[in-house]
Amino acid sequence: MAQTIIEKIIAAHSGDDVFPGATVWLELDVRAARDFGGANVVKNFDRHYTSMPVADAGKTFFTFDCVVPAKDIPYANNQQLCREFAARQGIKVYDVDAGIGSHVLMEEGLARPGGTVVNTDSHMNIVGAIGCLGQGMGDADIAFAFRTGRTWLEVPPSVKVVLKGKYKWPTTAKDVALAMLREFGSSGLLGKAVELYGPAAEVLSVEERITVASMATEMGAIAIFVPPSEEVLAWCEGTAGVEVGGVYADEDASYEATYELDVDGLEPLVACPPSPADVKAVSEVVGKEINSAFFGSCTNGRIDDFRAVGRLMSGRPVAAGVMAYAVPATRRVYGAMLVEGLTAELFGDGFVVSNAGCGGCAQGQIGMTGKDEVQVSTSNRNFPGKQGAGETYLCSPVTAAASALMGTITDPREVA
Amino acid sequence: MARTTVIEGRVWPVVDASGTYLNDVDTDQIYHNAYIAVTDVDEMGRYAFGNLAGWGDFPTKAEPGDILVVGANFGAGSSRQHAVDCFRTLGVAGVVGISFGAIYKRNAVNAGWPLVECPDLLKLELAAGDVLRVNFKTGELENRTRGKLAAARPFSRVQMDVYLAGDLFAYGSSLGGKSAGRLR
Repeated sequence: MAQTIIEKIIAAHSGDDVFPGATVWLELDVRAARDFGGANVVKNFDRHYTSMPVADAGKTFFTFDCVVPAKDIPYANNQQLCREFAARQGIKVYDVDAGIGSHVLMEEGLARPGGTVVNTDSHMNIVGAIGCLGQGMGDADIAFAFRTGRTWLEVPPSVKVVLKGKYKWPTTAKDVALAMLREFGSSGLLGKAVELYGPAAEVLSVEERITVASMATEMGAIAIFVPPSEEVLAWCEGTAGVEVGGVYADEDASYEATYELDVDGLEPLVACPPSPADVKAVSEVVGKEINSAFFGSCTNGRIDDFRAVGRLMSGRPVAAGVMAYAVPATRRVYGAMLVEGLTAELFGDGFVVSNAGCGGCAQGQIGMTGKDEVQVSTSNRNFPGKQGAGETYLCSPVTAAASALMGTITDPREVA
Repeated sequence: MARTTVIEGRVWPVVDASGTYLNDVDTDQIYHNAYIAVTDVDEMGRYAFGNLAGWGDFPTKAEPGDILVVGANFGAGSSRQHAVDCFRTLGVAGVVGISFGAIYKRNAVNAGWPLVECPDLLKLELAAGDVLRVNFKTGELENRTRGKLAAARPFSRVQMDVYLAGDLFAYGSSLGGKSAGRLR
C-alpha cells in the first residue's frame, strides 16, 4: 500500500501493520532525556527497573540544554543525578556546554533522515526538518524507551501543505511558520503529520526548515516533514559522516487533506501574546515600545539566524534602554559566531551574547521577563508566564533586530 | 489490579467567567515551569493550575474522585509529565475534554490516568458540581445531574491495556518484561 513519509518511517521501524489509527510498537534509533525531565526519567527508571541496564547505551543520551550551566540547586542536583545514572549505564551526556539537544542530535548525525528519535522535549519533532521522525515525550515514556528501546505510537493521519509563491528578505522562514499558524491556528493541525511541498518549501535551506518544523508543536501537529533536498542530504552526510538517504512519500499515498498556502510577497509577521496563533502583520503593531529582545531558541538559534541579525544591525547599536540577548542554539553555532566575528559584532552593537542553550524558554538564565516588560523574541511560545511575567511577541530574527534597533516593534523593511 | 471502567464524580469545568470552555490551556498554565525541577509526584498537586488565572486555589478545593472537564487542545505545549501527575496527586479521577495536546494525551495514557475525548462535550451542559458518569469502554457520558448524554471516543486499545495494567511500566511487565512482541 502506498505510504506517506511518516508511515514509511514507522513501517521501517515496526513489525506491525501501519495505517492511520493503528497502534504500533516503534523501534527507536535514539532515546534521550534533557535536564528538563531527565531526573524524572532516572527516578522512574530506578523505581521500575532497579539495577537493570538500558536497552542499548549506544543509542541512549542525555542532552542538557534548559538551564545550562545550572543556575539553581534543584537543577544542578537534577543534572548531577543524570550524570551519575549515565556513568553507571555507560550513556553519553551532552553536557551543559553542548546546547539544545534536538539540534545537537542533528549536528552529531544521531538524528538522521528516516530515523526515529524521542526526547523529553516537545520540540523534538523539529527533526522533521531533515525528514526524521522525532517526538517529545514525558518522563514515564522516556524511561520506558530507555529500558526497552521502543515506544507505542498511534499512526497519525497525514496531511499535505503546499506552500506557493515567493517572498523576499527581510521576510524569512520564521514568517512562513507564523503564516502557517495564522492559517491553521493552534489546533487546526492537531494530531496530524504534516508534509510540506511546493516551490516555497523546496527552496528552504536546512536552517530554514528547522525554523518552520520547530513550530509544528504550536500548530498541534505531530510533526512537520519537509522532504529532504540534495542540500539537506549533503548536510546530514557531513554531520553523520555516513551516507544517508531521504525517505519520501509514495506518489499515490493518501492524505486526509491537502491545503494550499500562498506566501507570495508575504510580509513580516508577529505572534502577539498570549498565543503563538495570535498572528498579525508587523505593520499592525509597529510602534509598541519594547524593553528587551531575545535571539535564539530551537526555532531561530542557528548561525544563519545570527548572520541575519548582524546584517540587519549593520554595526548600528541597540536602542538605549533595550536589552538584547543572543543565545546560540549549540556550541557549534557559538563557535561559528566566534570565528566569523559575529560575537564581537553583536557585542559591539550592545548585545548580551551567552553560551549555547535554550535561553529563556524553560526558566533558563537568559531572557526572562518581569511584570509588564515587553519582549520581542525569536522563540516559539508566548503563552502567559512562559518566558517570564511580561508580554512576549514572537517574530523573526530580522524583525526582532529591527525592533531592538529602534526600541519599538519595527517593520524590518523600514530599516533593513 | 482490577480497575473500574466506569467512573462517576463531581465535575470542574475549566471555563471563563461567561461559562465558555477555555481552549489551548497549555502545560505552563497547568503546571508552571518554575516547579519543573520537582521529581516527587506527591509534591506536584499543590502546583496544579497555579498559573491559570482564577484557578490557583484548585488544589485546595479539589476532592478525590472529582472529574476535570476541559475545552479544546488542553495540555498544549511542553512534554512535562508533571501536568498530568499533579492531578493524580490530588486524586482527580480523570479528565474529559473536547480535544487534547498529543503529548499530554500520551502522558495521561502512560500514567493510567483516564482521559476521554468528547468533541460533543457541550451537549452535556455541565455546570460546576454536576455529577458526570464516564464509561471508558463505550464512550458514553452522562450528566447525572441534568440527564444530558453525549458520545465520546472510547479508550483506544493501548489506552485500555495500559489503564487496566495500572500504568505503562506495569503494562510493559505484563508483556513479559522486555515488551517484545506485537501490541495486543
